Amino acid sequence: MTSITLPPALLFENVRLLDAASGLDRPDARLLVRDGRIEAIDPAGELPAGIERLDGGGAVLCPGLVDMRVSIGEPGAEYRETVSSAARAAASGGITTIAVLPNTEPVIDDPALVRLLRARGEETGAVTVLPYGAVTKGCRGEELAELGLLREAGAVAFTDGVRAVADARVMRLALSYARGFGATVTQHPEDPALGRGGSATEGELATRLGLPGIPAAAEAILVARDLRLARLSGGRLHIAHVSTAEAVALIRDAKRNGIAVSCDTAPPYFDLNETAIGDFRTYAKLSPPLRPESDRLAICEALADGTIDAIASDHTPRDPDDKRLPFAQASAGGIGLQTLLGVTLARVHDGTLPLPRAIELLTAAPARLLGLETGTLRPGAAADLCLFDPERAWRVAAGQLPGRAQNTPFDGRALEGRVLGTWKNGRRVFGT
Amino acid sequence: MRITEPMTGEPRFFAGLNGGGRHLLGLQGMHPTRIEPFLDLAESYVLLNRSRKTQRDRLRGLTLINLFFEDSTRTRTSFELAGKRLGADVINMSVSTSSVNKGETLLDTAATLNAMRTDLLVVRHGQSGAPALLAQKVDAGVINAGDGTHEHPTQALLDALTIRRRCGRLQGLTVAICGDVAHSRVARSNIHLLTAMGSQVRVVGPPTLVPAAIDQLGVSVHHDMDEGLDGADVVMMLRLQRERMSGGLVPSAREYFRFFGLDAARLGRAKPGALVMHPGPMNRGVEIDSAVADHPEQSVIQEQVEMGVAVRMAVLDMLARAQTGGRPG
Repeated sequence: MTSITLPPALLFENVRLLDAASGLDRPDARLLVRDGRIEAIDPAGELPAGIERLDGGGAVLCPGLVDMRVSIGEPGAEYRETVSSAARAAASGGITTIAVLPNTEPVIDDPALVRLLRARGEETGAVTVLPYGAVTKGCRGEELAELGLLREAGAVAFTDGVRAVADARVMRLALSYARGFGATVTQHPEDPALGRGGSATEGELATRLGLPGIPAAAEAILVARDLRLARLSGGRLHIAHVSTAEAVALIRDAKRNGIAVSCDTAPPYFDLNETAIGDFRTYAKLSPPLRPESDRLAICEALADGTIDAIASDHTPRDPDDKRLPFAQASAGGIGLQTLLGVTLARVHDGTLPLPRAIELLTAAPARLLGLETGTLRPGAAADLCLFDPERAWRVAAGQLPGRAQNTPFDGRALEGRVLGTWKNGRRVFGT
Repeated sequence: MRITEPMTGEPRFFAGLNGGGRHLLGLQGMHPTRIEPFLDLAESYVLLNRSRKTQRDRLRGLTLINLFFEDSTRTRTSFELAGKRLGADVINMSVSTSSVNKGETLLDTAATLNAMRTDLLVVRHGQSGAPALLAQKVDAGVINAGDGTHEHPTQALLDALTIRRRCGRLQGLTVAICGDVAHSRVARSNIHLLTAMGSQVRVVGPPTLVPAAIDQLGVSVHHDMDEGLDGADVVMMLRLQRERMSGGLVPSAREYFRFFGLDAARLGRAKPGALVMHPGPMNRGVEIDSAVADHPEQSVIQEQVEMGVAVRMAVLDMLARAQTGGRPG
C-alpha cells in the first residue's frame, strides 16, 4: 500500500483574507489548511497537534491566481519554455493554475496531447496545466478539430490560440458545435487579412518608424463579426486580450443585449502604450500590438466597470534570437507570469481598481469562465494560495526572473506588490 | 503609471555636431541650428570636388565598410567615392545574397565587423530599424543609407543642399513630395528635415500610398496632383515600385501615370521655374515623363547626384571626428 506524504496542517495567522468568490475581505484573520485543502477560516477550538504556523505580518492571502492565457514551448519549442520552467515562473507570480494555448508543435488537436500536458503539469506539483484544445485541425482554420474528444480528455475550452479563426462559416460551426459540449470558443481578435504583415498599430508612431501598420479596427471588425455569430449560434464566445476602445465598446453593448460573451485583457494593454516600441524596441512587440494612450485608458475603464471579465498574463516566451532582429522580423510576444500580479496592482495603486476587484479579475473570475472549482478560499477547496504584500516594492529585471524565457516588456519597471509565498494543494511552491 | 516619453523629442542627429552620439540613424528631431552648419560644410566639399582637389588625409587610416543588404549601385557608389576622396580604406560588402541566406543574423554580421576593426559603417537594409539595431552592437559609427520605409537621412540632406543652392534658402519654400509616400524612407527623412527648416511640405498621392496620420508630421495631404503642385517651388517625385501594383495599392501603371505622373502640363501648375527632383532610379513613364526628367533648366536630378557625394563626404568627416574624439583621422 502506498501512502502519499501530505504536508502537516498549516495555520496562516495575521493575514488579510481576500476572496471574491465568497465576498470575503477580512483583515487580521487566520486560515487553516489540512490535507492539501482549506479546512477553516478563523478556526475555533483546538488546533491539530504538530501544526505549522505562519505569521503573514498583515499581508494579503488570496486564492492562487488563475491565468487563462499562457503559451509555453512544450511540446516543440522547449528551448523557449518548458512546463517545469513555466511552473517556476508561475509560482513566483502567485499563479497556481494556467490555461495553455494549443499553438505548439504538434498542435493540441489530439486528445492524447491534452492528457500529456495535464500530466506534465501534475508532475511539477506546482501548477495545474489546463490545455485549450484547438478549434480547428492544426489551428489551420479549415476543419473543426475533435472538440468532443478533446473536451472529454480535459480540454478546458477551444481556441486556435494566437491565430484568429478567419472564416466566418468555420467560426459559426465552432460556436454551434462547442455549445453541444458546453464549451466556450476563445478568439484572438484580429482580422487576419487586415493584420497581415503588420507589426505595430497603424498611426503616427508606425508611420514615423516606417513600420507596417495594423489598423486598430482589425480588432473591432472581428469582434463585431463574432458577436453576431455568437448570437446566431447561441454559442459561448470569449474574446482574448482585448486592447482597443472600440472592441470593449462592442462587447459592453453585446453584454447588455444578452449575448453570451466574455473577455479578458493582459497587463501590457492597461500598463503600456505604443510609445514603448519607440526606437524599435522588439521586446515591446506584442500581438495584438500596443495601442495609443486613449485605448489604454479605455481598457482601464472597462476593467473597472466589469466589461472585461478577467486579466490573463498572455505569457509568450521568446528566445533572444527571436527578438534581436529588425522590428518587423522579430517575433511578437512577451512573458508575463512573473509580473501579472504586480502590474495589476499598479492599477490598484493608481486608484483605477479596488484591490478586491483586482483579485477577482485574477482568481474567481477566470476560474468561473473556465468552469473551475478553484480560485476561492471556501473551506473544502484545494489549498491553492497566494500570499503577497501589496506595498512591497521591487523592480523587474530581465535576465533575473524565475523561468527560462526572459522577454519581458516590463524590464526596468518599478512595481509595488510582491508575492511572498505560493502554495499548491497546501504545499509551498514559492517563497521561504 | 508607465508612459514612455514620446520619441519625437531628443534629436538623434549626429553625432559629430554635438559631440554626443556617433551615428547618423535618422533626421527625426534634428534641430535647424545643426542643419545649416552641416550644409555649409557639405557646400565646402562641393567646391573641393569641383576644383578636383582631394583631402586624402582627412580619413587616412580609417576603414569604411559599405554594408548593403539591398542592391543600390547609386548610393553605394556615392559613399564609396566620398570615402575614397577623403582617404579612407573603403570596402563594399553585399550581403543580400551571401551570408543572410546561410542563416547568419544581423548581429553575427555585427560581431564580424567588430573583429575587423571597422571605423565607419554605411548600412542599407530592407527592414526599418536594422541600422539602429546594428548601432547597438558595433563599435563603428553607423550611417543609415536607407532602412526599410523608415529613413534615408543622407538623401534628404543632399536634397536640402540641392534646394538651398538653387533657391538660396529652405525656409518658406513650398515643397510637394509626390507619389508612394507610404513606402518611402526618402519622403520621411525629407519631411523631418524640411519641416524643421521651415519649408511648407505637401504630400501628394493616392490615399492608398499616403501613410496613416502623416499630417501629424506637419505636412498637408493632397490626393489631387494639380492641387498639390499648385504654386510649388519644388516638386519632388518618388519612385513607384512595381510590386505596389501587384499588391493592389494601385490598379495599373497607366492609371497611376494618368493621375499622379509628372508631365510638362502638370509641372505647369507649379511655380514657373520650379525645381524637379527625383531620388532615382526613375521609372520613366510611370511617375515621371522623360521630357520633364531631362528638362535642362528645371530638372536638378543630376545635380542631386553630385550633391550626394559632397553630403556624404561631410557626413563621413563629421562622424570620423566623433569616432576619433575630434582629431582628424
